Amino acid sequence: MGRATFIVTFLFLPMTIFVVFIVNPFLQAFYYSLTDWRGFSRDMNFVGLANFNTMLADPVFLTALRNSLLLCLVLPTAILTAAFLIAFTVTAGGPFVGAIRGLKGGGFHRVIAFFPYTIPSIVIGLIWAQVYDPTRGLLNGVLTGIGMTQFESFPWLGDTETAMGVSMFVIFWGLVGFYVVLFVASIKGIPGETYEAARIDGAGRARMVVSITLPQMLSSIQTSYVYLGLTAIDAFGFMMVLNPQGGPNYSTLTITQYLYMTAFGKGQFGVATAMGVLLAVIILIYSGLIFGIFRALGGRNERNAVA
Amino acid sequence: MTTTHDEMAVPGTRPAVTAVVAPATEQDRPSSPRPRPRLRLGAIAYSTTAHGALGIWSVLVIVPFLWTLMSSFKSSAEILASPLAPPTTWRLDNYVRAWTTAGIGEYFFNTIMVVGSALIIVMLLGSMCAYVLARFRFPGNRLIYYSMLISMSFPLFLAIVPLFFTLHDLGLLNTLPGLSLTYVAFALPFTVFFLYAFFESLPNDVYEAAKVDGAGEWRSFFAVMLPMASPGMASVAILNFIGLWNQFMLPIVFNTRKENWVLTQGMNAFASSVGRSIDYGALFAAVVITIVPVLIVYILFQRRLEGSVSQSSFR
Repeated sequence: MGRATFIVTFLFLPMTIFVVFIVNPFLQAFYYSLTDWRGFSRDMNFVGLANFNTMLADPVFLTALRNSLLLCLVLPTAILTAAFLIAFTVTAGGPFVGAIRGLKGGGFHRVIAFFPYTIPSIVIGLIWAQVYDPTRGLLNGVLTGIGMTQFESFPWLGDTETAMGVSMFVIFWGLVGFYVVLFVASIKGIPGETYEAARIDGAGRARMVVSITLPQMLSSIQTSYVYLGLTAIDAFGFMMVLNPQGGPNYSTLTITQYLYMTAFGKGQFGVATAMGVLLAVIILIYSGLIFGIFRALGGRNERNAVA
Repeated sequence: MTTTHDEMAVPGTRPAVTAVVAPATEQDRPSSPRPRPRLRLGAIAYSTTAHGALGIWSVLVIVPFLWTLMSSFKSSAEILASPLAPPTTWRLDNYVRAWTTAGIGEYFFNTIMVVGSALIIVMLLGSMCAYVLARFRFPGNRLIYYSMLISMSFPLFLAIVPLFFTLHDLGLLNTLPGLSLTYVAFALPFTVFFLYAFFESLPNDVYEAAKVDGAGEWRSFFAVMLPMASPGMASVAILNFIGLWNQFMLPIVFNTRKENWVLTQGMNAFASSVGRSIDYGALFAAVVITIVPVLIVYILFQRRLEGSVSQSSFR
């Protein structure tokens, strides 16, 4: 059999699946977002940007948009900062004499921290919804147990002041371990001699982090930022369990939840795909910003190295 | 983290030499004794803070699981009475009800079917696609590779409405094969992207040798090249398994018939029935049933899994 036949045979099935299930739906979405399509019948009218106007005039959507942007702004930085601190401590944060090594028992903490990543977001949400429960939850049980009786039946997920914060904590709890493992591998890739040299030159721990570890990890931090942004702005599984209807006054409603409700609850498929298009645009802008910021950071470091 | 900026700047306390640079330095100063490290206040403060912070985080991770485990043995009345009290008797009937009445057993079986078949198909098709893209030059090669790469950065949510109607038109909506095929599609770009690098790095002389021995393209792939890429295959299979086992958005949209539900949908049903009479004991038991298999796999393959995660971004 010829080389061309082989290539075509090997590519045929994967490419068919890829085009039918991924490329085609993505392209169709941009078209549907410009129509007044309401479901199974195929008659639809081209309405231009009307769906986008409807969407942006909807106060609930604007709340969801604000919430999703908040998740996307806060979570990646919080998770990556914590993951970096944990990873550095368990890998290179050990005693400041002798070979560069992690804190004693660091491996144990790393293994524990990673475990939640292996559990479905829906199950993580379910566990924490029980922990936060006003009357039979672990949190209020512990708080009242140590004498803070004002929390006796405090509804963490039912109060507009706390609902978003405690939901973010759950997502943080579920994702941080993955990035710890990622960063541990990245830190281990930096040769020990680099640290030795810096230490002999009199660099302290904080100085080593800023001048050696972070600059060498820029590309893995950048990749993590982009993927975490995608995950945070989605947050669907976590939020659907913690507050299926979007929380008190929609204070935890995300774009993805509202898109799902608009499409499969209300049957407004045109408006729902318009939300999807906006989501894609936000992610594009976000990724662009991250690449821009990291290019600037990388450039500065190179100049420092030369000087 | 405590910063100990000046720790090693004290004259006369040169750090002990390390294993990495030991031979050279030892030769430089064969007779000088190693200065003994002194414990100082900064080091102690740092060490206490670091151990304390890590310890607190580990407790925050472990305690909710232990509490879930304890609650899974309590009756619903006991759960409502006190969140912290241990069960009066260690009953197992919550587990029986979760497995049968709440349907977790059935959802478990569905999940294994869907994830298992999707995993086998995506590994086969993904490796074929990655192999051809990595080792053959032909028109359209770059176009395919980059469209797969770009598709990974689009939100799944953009595609769900059109995909819903595509599946409907193909008669695949609300069927397990349809869900499995959707899983294959969404795991494919990542699988190809991951394996591409593996196939690209395989030495060419093995392939040439197989050719000289008269092996055709098919034999070279299945008998020579694929086995050589098995470390990469294992890594990507583990990551795909976790991702698909935990998938929630695709089944909730494309798999709404209750007898076809997967585990994540069954668990979600517990959450969305809040306010109605809910079997809390069975809820906690169901959570434990879902976690224990993953926990066992995690303990057995912990090193391998961490290896997979690190490979996924450093190539």
